Amino acid sequence: MTEIFGVPIQALFGQLMLGLVNGSFYAVLSLGLAVIFGMLNIINFAHGALYMTGAMLAWIGLEYLGIGYWWMLVLAPICVGLIGIAIERLMLQWLYKLDHLYGLLLTFGLALMIEGLFRDLYGVAGQPYSIPEEFAGAFNLGFMFLPKYRAWIIVASLTVCLATWYVIEKTRLGAYLRAATENPKLTQAFGINVPLMVMLTYGFGVGLAGFAGVLAAPASQVGPLMGSNLIIVVFAVVVIGGMGSILGSVVTGLGLGIIEGMTKVFWPEASATVVFMIMAVVLMFRPAGLFGREK
Amino acid sequence: MSRRVTIAYLLGLALLLAAPMFIYPILVMKVLCFALFACAFNLLLGYTGLLSFGHAVFLGGAAYVTGHALKVWELPTLVGLLAGTVAAAALGWVIGSLAIRRQGIYFAMVTLALAQMVYFLFLQAPFTGGEDGLQGVPRGTLFGLDLSVDINLYYLVLAIFAGSFWLIQRTIHSPFGQILKAIRENEPRAISLGYDVAKYKLLAFVLSAGLAGLAGATKTVVFKFATLTDAHWHTSGEVVLMTLLGGMGTVFGPVVGATVIVTLQNELADKVGSLVTVIMGAIFVICVLAFRRGIVGESLALYRRMIGQKAG
Repeated sequence: MTEIFGVPIQALFGQLMLGLVNGSFYAVLSLGLAVIFGMLNIINFAHGALYMTGAMLAWIGLEYLGIGYWWMLVLAPICVGLIGIAIERLMLQWLYKLDHLYGLLLTFGLALMIEGLFRDLYGVAGQPYSIPEEFAGAFNLGFMFLPKYRAWIIVASLTVCLATWYVIEKTRLGAYLRAATENPKLTQAFGINVPLMVMLTYGFGVGLAGFAGVLAAPASQVGPLMGSNLIIVVFAVVVIGGMGSILGSVVTGLGLGIIEGMTKVFWPEASATVVFMIMAVVLMFRPAGLFGREK
Repeated sequence: MSRRVTIAYLLGLALLLAAPMFIYPILVMKVLCFALFACAFNLLLGYTGLLSFGHAVFLGGAAYVTGHALKVWELPTLVGLLAGTVAAAALGWVIGSLAIRRQGIYFAMVTLALAQMVYFLFLQAPFTGGEDGLQGVPRGTLFGLDLSVDINLYYLVLAIFAGSFWLIQRTIHSPFGQILKAIRENEPRAISLGYDVAKYKLLAFVLSAGLAGLAGATKTVVFKFATLTDAHWHTSGEVVLMTLLGGMGTVFGPVVGATVIVTLQNELADKVGSLVTVIMGAIFVICVLAFRRGIVGESLALYRRMIGQKAG
């Protein structure tokens, strides 16, 4: 068997794929965080909990209502988005005039509530969620086997990221959105309903998290704790990339996923901490982040 | 210091001196440890305006170092406590000097992420005992007093708490503390006045980390074990909640907040199970939405309004 640096090539590519899969989740989640941050100036700590909610909804839908994967891939993000809209209308909108830290604290409290609620209802243990039959099995690429579902995660995540980029950068709605991010008062004066856009932005951002959750459901165990550790890594990703550009978030997310995967091959002990180490290095040499602007 | 405040301090001290006669000393010691932890945290959040979301790692890190020093190296208790404190301050220096490169929300995210990294290191490092933690840490003796007797230990813990509390008060009211407040209120202006803001922030961070470490070290001696829970981000969130609930930027707020939260957790733990997290989250949400000055801050505001009405 072919080897690279003493590692079998199959294991290497396998970890590379896993890294890309994780990177896709980092990309979608950090993209959602960036979109929300741009508009609301709030770091959404509840993002991980809402990602978990998306996955739990997919599982609940199948377990109790018999709704399959494909329907839930559409329904769960909408539900999570509606939850987000409720959160924005009922709570977040009262905090915009205050220090941004209050938004972080509020969403942290919400994250605890959501996580605790699911833990109380379904216990800590993860539930299995089977891969939809269309994606059972693997492609044989000659040098490795590529599980179809992993390929789907990467394709779906990148499509969603690119679509988001297109809407924000290339459409009229996106132009309004960017204008409202730049100068909300002036945009409002031009007759655009900024509070509505803020509400929809938050709903959309957390909807992305819900979407990522459903995507993740068949790839890992579905459990109440799946979001909280992930969100801390995503925070590090966001610090590394900076929240200035959409494509920047996507590239950073994918890149860090790959690096993490490679670390698992060559230095397994460090795989849990490598993203944080990179963050420390970036802070030393480029405090604003790779794609961030110094304010 | 006005006479009324002095009386309040003396009254509080007298209450604490007498407390173990009425309440289970271990519980009071736990409250004191977390109160010290919250006061140290408040020095950073309330007086410097820095929200650290990784303070648990100083509590947990010091707990491990002290546990290791007492159990494996068999050092005297005081030296063990000191070792934990110094280790936490050193860790605070490392994390602080990285984190102060960013401001505001980014600072919070950076501290959280770095703390998570240290958490994973604790999880893997051999000296922490991994998931099991360090158990059976001996309390030792102090000047011939046997600290395994709860009441003896209680007065040591109280002395540590009172001393640290005094130190924090002195810091807040010193010229150094005034500059910290200036940074909190308006960082660009503090820079324009010629203060080396980064240096002040870092010093505040190290001080806060060291005192949080002292709290963790003391906690290890009290409970005779050190676990991963102390270093987990949940604990970082808890100390934020204690400070927020009690009233950030107030002298007694963190003490009140810590007392309420620890008592609440103690009471609720066996009654509602995992719903405790939901309740903690709900308190967070309510505090942020409607109660931002916290218990002490709101009480002071109410008191001032009543005084104002009387005068008017």
